[in-house]
Amino acid sequence: MRMVAWTCTALAAMVGMTLVSCGGSSTGGVKLQGAGASFPAPIYSKWFKSYSEAHPTVQIDYQSVGSGSGIKSFIDKTVDFGASDAAMTPEEIGRVDPALGVQLLPMTAGSIAITYNLPDVKELKLSRQAYAGIFLGTVKKWDDPLIAKANPGVKLPDSPINVVVRADSSGTTFVFSQHLSAISPEFAKGPGTSKMPNWPVGTRSKGNEGVTASVKTTPGSIGYIEYGYAKSQGMPMASLENKSGEYVAPTTASGQAALASAQLPDNLIAWVSDPEPKDAYPITTYTWLLVNKKYPKTKLTVLQDLLNYCLTDGQKEAESLGYIPLPASVVARVKAAVGTLQAAG
Amino acid sequence: MDVAFRRLCVVFAWLSVLLVAFIVLRIAFAAGPAMRHYGGGFLSGRTWDANRGEFAILPEIWGTLYSSLLALIFGTLFGVAAAVFLSEGFLATVLFGVLKVFGIEFHRVWGKIPEQAENLLRNLIELLAAIPSVVYGLWGLFVVIPLIRPACNWLHLKMGWMPLFGTDLSGPGMLPAAIVLSIMVLPTITAISRDALTSVPPKLRMAAYGLGATRWETILAVILPTASRGIFGGIVLAFGRALGETMALAMLVGNANTVSVSLFSPANTLAALLANTFPEARPSDVSVLMYAALVLLAITLLVNVIGAAILERASAGLEGGKA
Repeated sequence: MRMVAWTCTALAAMVGMTLVSCGGSSTGGVKLQGAGASFPAPIYSKWFKSYSEAHPTVQIDYQSVGSGSGIKSFIDKTVDFGASDAAMTPEEIGRVDPALGVQLLPMTAGSIAITYNLPDVKELKLSRQAYAGIFLGTVKKWDDPLIAKANPGVKLPDSPINVVVRADSSGTTFVFSQHLSAISPEFAKGPGTSKMPNWPVGTRSKGNEGVTASVKTTPGSIGYIEYGYAKSQGMPMASLENKSGEYVAPTTASGQAALASAQLPDNLIAWVSDPEPKDAYPITTYTWLLVNKKYPKTKLTVLQDLLNYCLTDGQKEAESLGYIPLPASVVARVKAAVGTLQAAG
Repeated sequence: MDVAFRRLCVVFAWLSVLLVAFIVLRIAFAAGPAMRHYGGGFLSGRTWDANRGEFAILPEIWGTLYSSLLALIFGTLFGVAAAVFLSEGFLATVLFGVLKVFGIEFHRVWGKIPEQAENLLRNLIELLAAIPSVVYGLWGLFVVIPLIRPACNWLHLKMGWMPLFGTDLSGPGMLPAAIVLSIMVLPTITAISRDALTSVPPKLRMAAYGLGATRWETILAVILPTASRGIFGGIVLAFGRALGETMALAMLVGNANTVSVSLFSPANTLAALLANTFPEARPSDVSVLMYAALVLLAITLLVNVIGAAILERASAGLEGGKA
């Protein structure tokens, strides 16, 4: 009886273990797994889905877990490729297994829009000092001379500015704070460039959707969100003064003008933290895919084919999803980099 | 077979205990470097600045306790009231009276209405527990905040000298978070209180009526004290839930590192901080977050222990039915 009892217990425990440990089994095709930034997740999912439909034996999973987790998973080799809005720091690159190496590939780009809620104001122009001041907390009221000067004829309310920033640490915040640090020495000395800086003002909301909701429901608010998201939500977007002193609204064209101004170095990591051209929107950034320099043969062929698809046909879908298609010169550079990936023995 | 079943139970019981111990140990282990580096100052400072490597969580500790306490105050008031309403047959009495007007109070179908209506209400309240946290958060953002803003700003304007109303409500803040949180813990309090109230022995109620007590006197002086142990238990459970609630709070509390008694000021909670920071944390920051998680665990444990102690004390004096 005792024997039977123990056997039953052991059996039950084993069944439990098997249920837990046994995920899906492989189906013979090629499976690529990726994880990382949430900002490009909509366009990546679209690309991977279209590609899988055209190539039924290929299965591609992308988890939008955030740039930080994406980099970590990539370094830990739990995924085949990573994705990051904040590229990789030299320190992070140093932690990648040297036998495999790492290549960063810009895949698409996006702008960050400053959105606001002023019921009586149709168009808002913000000078560099004005928006840096707003996010530093030194410009406190909507009728501040710094804002009024750029908006002649616009009736600005005599109400306090309610600043809304991202609460969660994010690539969007990294790019935005990097731009503010580039144009304002006070900002660089104060909060600085970070995925979650210590903002001196404002309430903090979670995610693009949280910031949008807070701005939408609170008159007198201002916040920053991704351009694609702002466009899809129909949020008003301020025109910002760029380095040449022109006021530029976020559009695909102004974003591309910003990208074209940056020289891509050999490692393909370039920041457009303060573009110079007259028609360039000031806050624009690439987003990167992280791949190893060496892959097993089967995976390599599929990955190269997939990346080439994303860089050619895929780019055509960027604009409708609110992203900025890469300039042709950049596409050529990235394609060349894809070609240098090697098969590992 | 009996033996097998008993062993299976023992195995699973120990597994869950081991799991908790394992989680605590892993968190403590991961928090080690941060604990050595920041020590006790982590609990008393106010800056969270990843750029400068300054981390401290006093605002989060304060916000966690303050929001949970506020939610508990609202939640207990409404929750216990709802439990009394549901268990004392107020609704049934009214409906019974209505049916009586039509002379169908003992009808085969119609006669069941009073009981059914109470069941429906009870299920509705318990259904609140099934709503996902993120839905509560969105509801708070789009409904609660715009709804309470005029009243809050009026209070601030007229009574701003009171620390409670010391700031204006610009959007997400402590009060909307506490209101939504109180609705989230309401089903816990109501369900457990109702069970406690219905299990009060009927002889006590009869005795009270027999001594000439009115219905309200009976409820307030006999029924509620007798059920107090169960009600306190529900409150402690709800407190635990409120402390750990993450998503809705991360969306509603404003996530600003301030320590303020003002109901309208944005604040932050430990769980919200973890949820907001963890996904993009650098490896060097993870240890700090684990330290914060450990503090949250300790607070939850402390609350449960204190709750259990209060339960022992309070109910010993209040419960009359033990004799």
